[in-house]
Amino acid sequence: MSEKDMKETYEGAGVSPQDQADNPVDRILRQERMPHIWCPGCGIGTTVNCFARALEKLNIDLDNLAVVSGIGCTGRVAGYLKVDSFHTTHGRAIPFATGLKLANPKMKVVVYSGDGDLTAIGGNHLIHAARRNLDITVILVNNFTYGMTGGQYAPTTPFGSIQTTMPYGMYEHQFNIPKLVAAAGAVYVARWTVYQVAHLTRAMTEAIAKKGFSLVEVMSPCPTLYLRRNRLGEGIDEVKRFKEWAVRKDGADVNDVGISRDKPLIIGKFVDIERDEYIDLMNRQLSKKLGDRYTLYGVENGEV
Amino acid sequence: MTTERKGKGTIFLRKEFCKGCAYCIETCPTHCLEFSEEFNEKGYHFPVLARPEKCTGCDICGMFCPDFAIFGITWKKMDKLQAQKNEGGKVESRS
Ligand SMILES: Cc1ncc(C[n+]2csc(CCOP(=O)(O)OP(=O)(O)O)c2C)c(N)n1
Ligand code: SF4
Ligand code: SF4
Ligand code: SF4
Ligand SMILES: [Mg+2]
Repeated sequence: MSEKDMKETYEGAGVSPQDQADNPVDRILRQERMPHIWCPGCGIGTTVNCFARALEKLNIDLDNLAVVSGIGCTGRVAGYLKVDSFHTTHGRAIPFATGLKLANPKMKVVVYSGDGDLTAIGGNHLIHAARRNLDITVILVNNFTYGMTGGQYAPTTPFGSIQTTMPYGMYEHQFNIPKLVAAAGAVYVARWTVYQVAHLTRAMTEAIAKKGFSLVEVMSPCPTLYLRRNRLGEGIDEVKRFKEWAVRKDGADVNDVGISRDKPLIIGKFVDIERDEYIDLMNRQLSKKLGDRYTLYGVENGEV
Repeated sequence: MTTERKGKGTIFLRKEFCKGCAYCIETCPTHCLEFSEEFNEKGYHFPVLARPEKCTGCDICGMFCPDFAIFGITWKKMDKLQAQKNEGGKVESRS
């Protein structure tokens, strides 16, 4: 659908389409690729709304922003955004983003991908980007499953949940993602669900603005391959459940935020600390050793 | 084309984008949306502003809609945009 067609399909109470205001998300969408492929009641689109509003709040120059996704339903996000966006191979969004950031240190680089992509096949890249404290932001959409490929279990599938590759219920331990990345060295770590749209938007804003490795884990319903298989209803049922299930504990000890369907879902901002960033460290070390022979990299106004 | 302004705001909808997930209907703080009797082309019921007098234009529906099909806006903001447009100036973004 063309941008014009799409705009004209909005109908409002007694206001002609030409007189309308814009939906803020439309500015960052590739209109010609809409409607998107996500299932009815899938939460990924809601996270994109929050992302659009976060960008609007930050007032970021969209020419200076790159979004990188891996493969998966969440991995489709990059392809729908009208910014420099890259749909990379499975699990490799972070290494791609690392190269992008190192080649263009002025760019804001956001990795937007799924739990399977980022913590299973891409798990090693996740911990090393956090360890290096590279200045990128990761938006990790956790829907407890590999949605795109038919609902195989993921490192995030809760105990007891049925998945195609766990027909008798998940019996493996899960990753506690905030603990994983905090231990590896992330400077900003938060978890929200798609129910807390305003908090989620604020967390995305803070994470993008934060210098260093930041991660926002977003709990999002996958009705088609997780909820229905576990008789948990539709997307909206999980969204309403998030309201009851989630308990906000800012600054919670990351040891205590592992997810179980029988325990409260701890949400909030868990980590917000300062730690030397990768490019700063590189500049510091190389200037120390090479003196005048070294030109500071990616630095404006001589500030390291 | 004008209609009576019953509440503080209103909604805009692209009904062909709607997949009938009910996010907007269930999360609207003032419960002013309801499903249509009608189907869209894909066969989904879409939201209608059943109680326009209760709509505040808060855009919670727009924040939740996973299909980018709906958004809310206050009449005040609409008027501001209209005034800017009449002056021939550049229309700034909505929020
Ligand atoms: C190298 C490789 N291995 C496996 C796959 C198949 N594959 C595609 S998406 C996916 C999992 C995606 O899960 P997640 O990141 O959680 O995304 P979701 O669909 O749940 O949003 C897998 C295993 C692939 N595309 N490439
Ligand atoms: S399979 Fe699940 S994650 Fe993928 S689009 Fe459908 S609901 Fe969303
Ligand atoms: S703008 Fe606010 S009050 Fe109006 S329908 Fe949307 S959520 Fe409800
Ligand atoms: S949230 Fe969007 S897709 Fe869902 S019912 Fe409302 S308008 Fe339709
Ligand atoms: Mg997933």
